[in-house]
Amino acid sequence: MSLLEVDAINTFYGEAHALFDVSMRIEPHEVVALLGRNGAGKTTTLKTMMGVMAPKSGAIRFNGAPIGGLPPYKIARLGLQLVPEERRIIGGLTVEENIVLAGLSEPKPWPPQRVYDMFPRLGERRRSRGRELSGGEQQMLAIARALVREPQLILLDEPFEGLAPLIVQDLLGICRRLADEGRTIVIVEQNVEAALSLAQRCYILNNGHVVYEGTPGDLRGDPDFMHRHLGI
Amino acid sequence: MFNGLTLGALLVLVAMGLTIIFGTLGVVNFAHGALYAVGAYAGFVTYEYTGSFVAAMAAGAIFLLVVGVVIERGLIRLYYQRPPEDQILVTFGITIVLVEAIRAVFGGLARNIPAPSWAAGIVNLRVTLYPTYRIDVLAIVGVSLVLLYLVLYRTRLGLIVRAGIEDQLMVNILGINVTRTFLTVFGLGAMAAGFAGVINAPIVTVTPDMGADILVQSFVVVVIGGVGSFWGAVVGGLIAGEILSLTAMIQPAYSQVMLFAVMALVLILRPQGLFGVEGRQ
Repeated sequence: MSLLEVDAINTFYGEAHALFDVSMRIEPHEVVALLGRNGAGKTTTLKTMMGVMAPKSGAIRFNGAPIGGLPPYKIARLGLQLVPEERRIIGGLTVEENIVLAGLSEPKPWPPQRVYDMFPRLGERRRSRGRELSGGEQQMLAIARALVREPQLILLDEPFEGLAPLIVQDLLGICRRLADEGRTIVIVEQNVEAALSLAQRCYILNNGHVVYEGTPGDLRGDPDFMHRHLGI
Repeated sequence: MFNGLTLGALLVLVAMGLTIIFGTLGVVNFAHGALYAVGAYAGFVTYEYTGSFVAAMAAGAIFLLVVGVVIERGLIRLYYQRPPEDQILVTFGITIVLVEAIRAVFGGLARNIPAPSWAAGIVNLRVTLYPTYRIDVLAIVGVSLVLLYLVLYRTRLGLIVRAGIEDQLMVNILGINVTRTFLTVFGLGAMAAGFAGVINAPIVTVTPDMGADILVQSFVVVVIGGVGSFWGAVVGGLIAGEILSLTAMIQPAYSQVMLFAVMALVLILRPQGLFGVEGRQ
C-alpha cells in the first residue's frame, strides 16, 4: 500500500478549475519532486493534500484511510505535515515558542533541544522573535516545526525560494540528510536541479494536469521535454 | 487626571476582549458593549439579592462567560467563513436583542449599584480628594490584567491565541483545532466585558444602552493600540481615558471629538496602530 494515494482529484479556486484529475502515489521512504512552471498547480496539489483546500471530486488516501476534505489539523494529526510556501513563521513568537507550538497537538513531540542539536543556528537564536530571523533561519525553523511532529510524510513547498545560493546549499544538505534518514518527502521547487538531486521520482504538472511521471534520470534524458514543460 | 486613569483602566478591560476577539476570530464584535451592559445588570440583580458587591462581580463575570459561550456556539461560529459585513450585522443584531431584552425585563430606568462599603469614602491624595472606590477599580483592573497577561503569555492556550492572531491557517496546519480555541477566547472576552460592566456600575448609572459609548471608545482604543495587541490595548486604553477626561474638564462637548482626532492622527502616522504588526493576515 502506498503511503499517500491521490486519485483523480479536481480542485477549484472559486470558479477557476486548478487541478484536473491529478493522480499520484507516494511510497514510504522516497523523495518525490513535484515540478512545473508557475501556476501549474504544484502548490495547489500540496494544499489539497494537507486539507487547506478541499478537492471537489476524487479521493486522497493516507495509509489507506480517506483524508480528502478533512480540515488541516486532522490531517496533521494523522502524520502529514506541510512546510508552506513563504515559511509562515509566527513572527511575534520566539523561535522556541514556534517549536513548542508545533508540538502542542503531538503526543510525543521533539523537545526543543533536539531541534537545536540538529540546527545549532536555531539554538543560538532561541529567544529571537520569528520576524527577526533571516530567510534561511526562517526556513530552518519551518522545517524544524514539521520535524518536531515526527510526521510520516513531509510536504516541502519551495524551501529554497528567495534564498542566497550559499544558504540554498545549506538547506539542500539538510534535506539530503532527512532523505538519508529515510523520511518520506514531497518537494515542490522552482530550482529543478536541486529538487532532482534529492528525488528518486518526479511528477511534472502543466496547467493542472500531470504530464510526466518518472525518474530524474529519464527526465534528464529528454531535454526537449524538460524545455517544453520546465523552461530549461 | 485621576478620573482619566479610572476610565482608561475600564476601557483597557473592555478593549482587551474586543481586540483579542477581533485578532483571533477575525470578528468585529459589535455586541461587546451590550455584553458589558448585561454584565452590569447581572451584577445589579446579584447585588439586590445578596447585598454583596464581591458576589456581584463574580456573578457578572461568570454569567457573561456562559452568555459568551452560548452566543459563540449558537451564532458567531456559523459566521467565521462569512464576509465581514455579515459578521457585523449578526453582532449588531445580538446587541439589539440583548439591549431590548434588558429593557423588557428591567425597564428603561437607570439603576444603581452603590460602591461597596469597603470602598466607600474619599482618600486625600494631597493634590486632590479622590473617591476610594476609583482607586480600588484601578487595583481590580490591574489584577485582572496581570491574570490575563499570565494566561496569554504563560499558558498553552495563550500561545495558541497569540499565534492564531497572526496566522490562523498555520496554527491549523500544525495540528491545532483553532475553532475550539475561538470558543474559549470569545467566552473570556465576554467575561472581561461583563466584569467591567459590574465594576463600572457604581461610577456610572446602569441603563440598557450603557454599552453604546464604551463600545465606540473601545474601538478607538483598539485602533490606537493595534489589533490583537495586549500592550496596545493597555496603552491605548490609558491614552483614551486621559483624552476623554482631560478634554471633558476643559470643554466636555469636545471630548469625543478629541478622541477621534487622536485616532486619526495615529492612523496617519502609524496605520497599524501603536503596537500593531504590519501586514498581519
